Amino acid sequence: MISCLSGNEAVAYAMKQINPDVFGAFPITPSTEIPEYFAKFVANGEVDTEYVTVESEHSSMSVCIAAEAAGARAVSATSSCGLALMYELLYVAASNRLPITLACVNRALSGPININNDHSDSMGARDAGWIQMYAENNQEAYDNFIMAMPVGESVRLPVMSCMDGFITSHAVENIELLETNAVRGFVGEYSPENYLLKKENPLAIGPYDISAYYMEHKVQQARAMMAAKARILEVAAEFEKISGRRYGLIEEYRMEGAELALVLIGSSAGTAKAAVDDLRAKGVKAGLIKVRVFRPFPGEELAKALSKVKAVAVLDKSEAFSANGGPLFAETRSALYDSENAPKLINIVYGLGGRDFKTEDVEKVYARLAEIAKTGKIGQVYTHLGQRERGDAQ
Amino acid sequence: MNTVYDLKREVEKPNRLTGGHRLCAGCGAGIVVSGVLRALEENDRAVITNATCCLEVSSFMYPYTAYTDSFIHSAFENSAATCSGVEAAYNVLKRKGKVDGTVKFITFAGDGGTYDIGFQSLSGAMERGHDMVYVCYDNEAYMNTGIQRSSSTPQFARTTTTAVGSARQGKLQCKKDMTEILAAHNIPYAAQTAPFGNLRDLHTKAHKAIYTQGPCFLNVLSPCPRGWDYPMEKLHEIIKLAVDTCVWPLYEVEEGQWRLSYTPKKKLPVEDFLRAQGRFSHMFQKGNEWMIENAQRYVDEKWERLLERTGG
Repeated sequence: MISCLSGNEAVAYAMKQINPDVFGAFPITPSTEIPEYFAKFVANGEVDTEYVTVESEHSSMSVCIAAEAAGARAVSATSSCGLALMYELLYVAASNRLPITLACVNRALSGPININNDHSDSMGARDAGWIQMYAENNQEAYDNFIMAMPVGESVRLPVMSCMDGFITSHAVENIELLETNAVRGFVGEYSPENYLLKKENPLAIGPYDISAYYMEHKVQQARAMMAAKARILEVAAEFEKISGRRYGLIEEYRMEGAELALVLIGSSAGTAKAAVDDLRAKGVKAGLIKVRVFRPFPGEELAKALSKVKAVAVLDKSEAFSANGGPLFAETRSALYDSENAPKLINIVYGLGGRDFKTEDVEKVYARLAEIAKTGKIGQVYTHLGQRERGDAQ
Repeated sequence: MNTVYDLKREVEKPNRLTGGHRLCAGCGAGIVVSGVLRALEENDRAVITNATCCLEVSSFMYPYTAYTDSFIHSAFENSAATCSGVEAAYNVLKRKGKVDGTVKFITFAGDGGTYDIGFQSLSGAMERGHDMVYVCYDNEAYMNTGIQRSSSTPQFARTTTTAVGSARQGKLQCKKDMTEILAAHNIPYAAQTAPFGNLRDLHTKAHKAIYTQGPCFLNVLSPCPRGWDYPMEKLHEIIKLAVDTCVWPLYEVEEGQWRLSYTPKKKLPVEDFLRAQGRFSHMFQKGNEWMIENAQRYVDEKWERLLERTGG
């Protein structure tokens, strides 16, 4: 079934098809449309969901945690400062092993306040213990959201299904929707082993965990995240059977024989793919890798995919202020440390607060990579792209 | 429910907050929680929510829980939202036939988690109308972190962040009136109580709150021997003084009707309540008589206003 939907509408539609038990709802640009669309489904009696319109994102995540602990399937949607307000509870959700599904519509974090896209919100929460999947376009936003529950519920970790604010959330594209029965069958019923409302066995959740136990609990959590990698691929394989669409931890685009490559996340991959096609037509051996799953981080897969490349630019759409590069760069460089013939690596931070990222920008990056491949000289490892500098025309 | 209150019968019920928890001797919290949970009908289940507080770290230290009912703690400032999430899950799972029987939802939080950091979450949950009871055990400071002032701390009280020195002596501001604020939410039932006398007042109000449909609020005075600085065996005496001086009047607001639950036979001077606690000792130093006068005036004004509201 081909439909023409915005990213937000597609995710709201996926939620409707899933028919979750509880939705903790609070508005924030650009994710607001998701609870808005969902409110219509509620008003029309199209879902059975308890739609809890809370007074903050802190409470929407609290409601999700409690509902999931009580034995229900809980979802929410947020962006930027909303995710930041949830920060404390993201850790609580993950450590209590509650497979909440959160649509994160990526937006720059304040300050200064800015409503446009970058990844500073979810990248700030990258170590919270959530599985993170990023969509390139509306189709992926829809598909990822549907795959999130079977992944999260089997490894008992919450999942953040991310898409780029406005670029993906508000742009209308043709996408292929699954039949609702197919989605319900795929996602299945949520039947946790233990939950608060289970009559036979009262449960206590959220203890004061002393040093004698805390470490063991954290190791279990870390192992669940390690196990999530295989599970994500299993679920993707099942999803391919009902959708015909194939997903991995990363997507390799024109990497066969590639000497120059980008590593990046989200909608920018679409722009970069167009540039890669142009460059390939001109005989440049360009390719790119889109990281779809950032947590768990596909380090081995990335190292393998980059093993034959001469020069790589890792593009970060968030500034970690480490003075040593962005988060995707840090992870990628670490993943390549054990490689025999690690490529030359640079990091470019771009697109902050919705700064445009065009095919010309991509071409400039590949030109730099070509120079590095030729001379073997990296120059400055970590730079920014797209900003005006003192003396530039305003 | 047998409508005639009988303390002996009540305390012979199986305790839903079992022994072995790690609350201090002479702490009010354990008595408050036991007293509230005794008001549950024996066959009804409950899910207890707790804000981070003394009670939480003392009653659920992994791998032991003191509760016989299901329990969830998530953070300091979100116990009302947490309770509302459990209640929302119950509603939908009940509709879907996945849960049967009656389950009640009760939150316990200290005054820090209620008057201060959890205020927004509480206000939101009350406004949304979840079927839950929010119980504040009010010990008038952040006791879990070591006696820091909250907006519930009374004026002049010494805490570790309202120190007594040559330039300042204790807390400058008056106590926030949380029960009135909750009554202003127009919830079906808000009450102020304490584990007082034979616990009838606490029991009756807890039962009413638990079995009234919609969001209900109980503000329960819960002295803290460490923070208030009294010998642990004086707990009951301190509570009685708080009530008989009208520092902590017992009243309820049911569907907008204000009712006084207890009138002291003889209204004692506030001084009697203050003198029993180390946190007010500086008020009795020479030159500080004005503090005691202020405290008395404040209590008198509040009491008069309450009498007007309750038609007493």
